[in-house]
Amino acid sequence: MKDQQHQPRDLDGNPVTPGLPMAMLAEVTHRCPLACPYCSNPVELTRAAQELTADDWGRVFRQAADLGVLQVHISGGEPGARRDLAQIVAHARDAGLYVNLITSGIGITRDRLEELDRAGVDHVQLSLQGIRPDMADRISGHPGSWDKKMHFAEWVQQIGFPLTINAVVHRQNLERLPDMIELAETLGARRIEVATVQFHGWADLNRKALMPTREQAAFARQVVNDARIRLRGRMVIDYVPADHHAVFPKACMGGWGSTGLNVAPDGTVLPCHAAQTITWMRFENVRDRDLGDIWQNSDSFNAFRGTGWMPEPCQSCDRKTIDFGGCRCQAMALAGDARATDPVCSLSPFHAEVVARAEADAEADTADLIYRRMRKGD
Amino acid sequence: MNAQPGPIRPAPLIGPDDVPYLPRGVRLQDDRVRGIRVLQAPERAMQLDAIGDAILGELDGSRSMAAIVSGLAARYNAPEDQIAGDVRDFLTGLIERRMVFVRKP
Repeated sequence: MKDQQHQPRDLDGNPVTPGLPMAMLAEVTHRCPLACPYCSNPVELTRAAQELTADDWGRVFRQAADLGVLQVHISGGEPGARRDLAQIVAHARDAGLYVNLITSGIGITRDRLEELDRAGVDHVQLSLQGIRPDMADRISGHPGSWDKKMHFAEWVQQIGFPLTINAVVHRQNLERLPDMIELAETLGARRIEVATVQFHGWADLNRKALMPTREQAAFARQVVNDARIRLRGRMVIDYVPADHHAVFPKACMGGWGSTGLNVAPDGTVLPCHAAQTITWMRFENVRDRDLGDIWQNSDSFNAFRGTGWMPEPCQSCDRKTIDFGGCRCQAMALAGDARATDPVCSLSPFHAEVVARAEADAEADTADLIYRRMRKGD
Repeated sequence: MNAQPGPIRPAPLIGPDDVPYLPRGVRLQDDRVRGIRVLQAPERAMQLDAIGDAILGELDGSRSMAAIVSGLAARYNAPEDQIAGDVRDFLTGLIERRMVFVRKP
């Protein structure tokens, strides 16, 4: 609590003004029946014994709502791995939050889905690892996953939840993007999110097997543009393109500590799900401090707020309040410095090197995957 | 009333006899922290101004857009054709985002 009464400052000591967060990602567990090689969880996974209880989550949700959060995304791991998931959902609704459930669909039976309906789930987001059993089961590392997902999607429709399909695309499945969009239509989805793999953590271990080619990125853009016109008013398509083919970086999280926060299974509060890759940064825990206090006053959330901390070429760039210098975690991973301009930016001194490496990885002659696994004994 | 300004108007996705409604998973809500009204929808909380809130507050799942426009024109003492254009453009934007559904007559 040492900094509670003080003016919030960034990591250079510049005064910053925390805003109000809109959304919170609640990673209620790292346990998951799937083993996707691009999993967004950290490479060091949290064990079940360290997870927050449902009542802990209830307290966190109430603090989040008091802070201005309107939506919670309940995710994991696979949130269905928590037997008390319905209780967690009910706590979120009691706090007044809108509840998005982000699931693989594996391990949630029809009866449990009805229980989650009664508990107040507002919207279901179902992940797809590929189209048809061959690709879906191989990428997820889970034989039978495709059939289970298709049953789950049927139950979602029968109960009447709004459905979003979350399709993660990469070199091995991008050619099938038109089929994924068509499947989402068939399943009655209101939205499909097509997200190119972000090469952090597990995905970074699989760069040579998953990095899309420039031609594939152009193909995906065309498919998405055509489908948006064809499906106007029937299905929304949100598309996250491959970073490495961009001229400017993405406004990661809409700016560090500006609109979103992430609570990890053990209660660690992160400005984004990959923030722990910034190894020198210390993060607070909801077991020790109120969420509002962490949001307002912690060194981690204030570190990259505002624009004062930015080095060149960001500092004099007129896009600095548009993309906020890009992704801090990507700067850490590719430039070895979390403060640096995101190296996917064409103005970064590392840009040429990053693009050359991505293009070399895209041409790599391997499809072998390193699957996400908990270490033995976890 | 200028809920959806812009020089290019996309083709409307709703006609006067259609009945607009908020589908399951979309609801109007108070944002008690910011002191505003919001439309909560899958993966999205949209902040509403007074006009947007007034339009969406009229969606009861039984009245047509024409009836809603008449009601708003009377309540705000505004020309009906102007209200009609604004309501149509505002709802078209939300239909595109799948936040409002339409029942055909």
